[in-house]
Amino acid sequence: MSQTFELVVKPRKGWQPLDFHEIWLYRELLGFLVWRDVKVRYKQTVLGGLWALLQPLAAMLIFTLFFNRLAGIQSNGPPYPLFAYAGVTAWTFFSNAVSASSNSLIGNQQLISKVYFPRIFVPMGAIGALLLDMLISLVLMFALLLYYRWPASLLLLELPVFMLGSFLAASGFGLILSAMNVRFRDVKYAVPFAVQMGFFVTPVIYPLNYIPARYRLAMSLNPMTGMVEGFRHSLLGTAAQWNVMGLSLAVSVLIFVTGLYTFRRMERLFADII
Amino acid sequence: MPPIIEIRNLSKMYRIGAHLHKDETFRELLVRTLRKPWVRRPSPLAEATGYSDDDSIWALKDINFDVEEGDVVGIIGRNGAGKSTLLKIISRITDPTEGFARIRGRLASLLEVGTGFHPELTGRENIYLNGAILGMRKAEIETKFDEIVDFGEIGRFLDTPVKFYSSGMYVRLAFAVAAHLNPEILVVDEVLAVGDLAFQKKCLGKMSEVSQGGRTVLFVSHNLAAVQSLCRKGVVLKEGRLVFNGGANDAVDHYMQMVSGPGETSHANVVDLSRAGTRNRKYRPLLRRLELLTDNGVPLLGGIPIGAPLKALIHFRLESPTPSFDVGLGFDNLYGQRIFSAHSAYEPKRVHEVREGEQVFVCEIPQLTLTPGEYKLVAWVEISGGVVDLVEDAARLTIGESDFYGTGKVPRSGTCALENHWRLQ
Repeated sequence: MSQTFELVVKPRKGWQPLDFHEIWLYRELLGFLVWRDVKVRYKQTVLGGLWALLQPLAAMLIFTLFFNRLAGIQSNGPPYPLFAYAGVTAWTFFSNAVSASSNSLIGNQQLISKVYFPRIFVPMGAIGALLLDMLISLVLMFALLLYYRWPASLLLLELPVFMLGSFLAASGFGLILSAMNVRFRDVKYAVPFAVQMGFFVTPVIYPLNYIPARYRLAMSLNPMTGMVEGFRHSLLGTAAQWNVMGLSLAVSVLIFVTGLYTFRRMERLFADII
Repeated sequence: MPPIIEIRNLSKMYRIGAHLHKDETFRELLVRTLRKPWVRRPSPLAEATGYSDDDSIWALKDINFDVEEGDVVGIIGRNGAGKSTLLKIISRITDPTEGFARIRGRLASLLEVGTGFHPELTGRENIYLNGAILGMRKAEIETKFDEIVDFGEIGRFLDTPVKFYSSGMYVRLAFAVAAHLNPEILVVDEVLAVGDLAFQKKCLGKMSEVSQGGRTVLFVSHNLAAVQSLCRKGVVLKEGRLVFNGGANDAVDHYMQMVSGPGETSHANVVDLSRAGTRNRKYRPLLRRLELLTDNGVPLLGGIPIGAPLKALIHFRLESPTPSFDVGLGFDNLYGQRIFSAHSAYEPKRVHEVREGEQVFVCEIPQLTLTPGEYKLVAWVEISGGVVDLVEDAARLTIGESDFYGTGKVPRSGTCALENHWRLQ
């Protein structure tokens, strides 16, 4: 094997493509990092994985009470609690994933400075662990559909597309922010605030048709606009707005690719400046 | 057959300014950019080729050497000589600034014990996680699992979160995983400096087993005896440059000459402690200077034989009139274990009086019967029984091999040599 395996360690400059071969070699470690994050997240909690259900459920109840009952915001068809829950599921994943991944590198300093493996596993592992939470909260979504006797349809088959879109958008932001966080710890403080603001410019508590038509395309430059709409479209059968969803999907892919390259460019300095 | 590791002109530059900018915030960057927008500031560790400026230091410069398959190479040098940087580059943790290392084989590095251990996870879970982080396959961990558990002697605590482990157990488990790594090339930093002595021996045993199995090992250590017994080859680094490359014993000799020569501060007989880097920030710099002499006042250079007298002069300062103060001098081995503490409070004829300003405490040890090796001296000052200043690794003291018992048998085992008499009845 030593004859076939050869590696040259030399200075890297400029933009680096992703090394898929290496990622394949280390694939088990990615699995272990995801598994670790899943295991550790709810350690020493009484409710454990139930938190993945309680968070969106509580958000749904509060949103329904305040925004629907008190403020009078209406959904675009389905019962408001279902409408809110579908949006919250997508948004919770996105916001948790961006927050967790952006702090992931500085939370694993020891790993970065003492052992080699593809650095990209650290933020991606953090996000991977949150995918499980999204799946758990989708299970409750189906229970709610039954409870409200709201029919599901074959549109469900489109859901993976929007899950993937959310994953790509969260990963793209996560990669860029985690890399920047190594150098500028400001990121740590800016992200929670930005995520909170993002919630309001994403149609989670209100339907997109509350926004004047001429602003909707601008709204969909926020990738989560289209993903939240897509979640509702596939889970609840709300009207498809393919221009919005399509643009958001394209933005997600663009952010993801940008994130990958930015990360690759910055990663060689991580061990020296973290 | 080509060498398994080829290192050519390997250099690594750090900007000293870089750590100042490490915590630079976004706002500071913006302000700086707005003030001088036309100056494109180099990235903190710019790959500056060719030019040198005052803020940059070469942690490694033009390192060239080859490692043949099956070689066990000890890398020795003083702190800051670039040993760890070299290992980090070979293990791909950080990029070199110039040059390259060509590696022909699967490499695993062990720069720290227990990297990636998670306190909340159980021993069992951490074996898997740590194994994977060190580059083991899941199947490989599974086959070695029982062996690892046995080696680490953790038995019934296997399913307890490691945060409840004693530090000894923690280290044992971490080591057990590392000891079962099975790469073609193993890179080990000074990780043996932890754990209790018995376990260290076991690890050294495992390491020599590994090295006899034809594996290539790069091994950084301050423990010269370990280097001599484990390694066949030795490389000596000094201030980022390679100054010796040859057999392990010759490398150790070279290193010993280098450190006992003049100009090496911590082996010199007078050490300035007022700005020592090994002082914890919480302490006030009261300790000024440590002077080491043989009993008849000759400056001590290099080392002393077993059982020779040692005289230490500890210069310190009392900032206000102080009635109750004491000074201690500890001898630690390179594993960081305290072998012996000398303390002014142990002096039965100690005179207590109020003192202020510059003071010198003289400590005389008539027979320093430590076994051969290198020791770190720790000096501290206490006021009213509380430590007010302490410098770790204030100086290094080498105890040389000598005929302590007058029988030609050098006492090497254990931590100290004590007189012992035998007769047959």
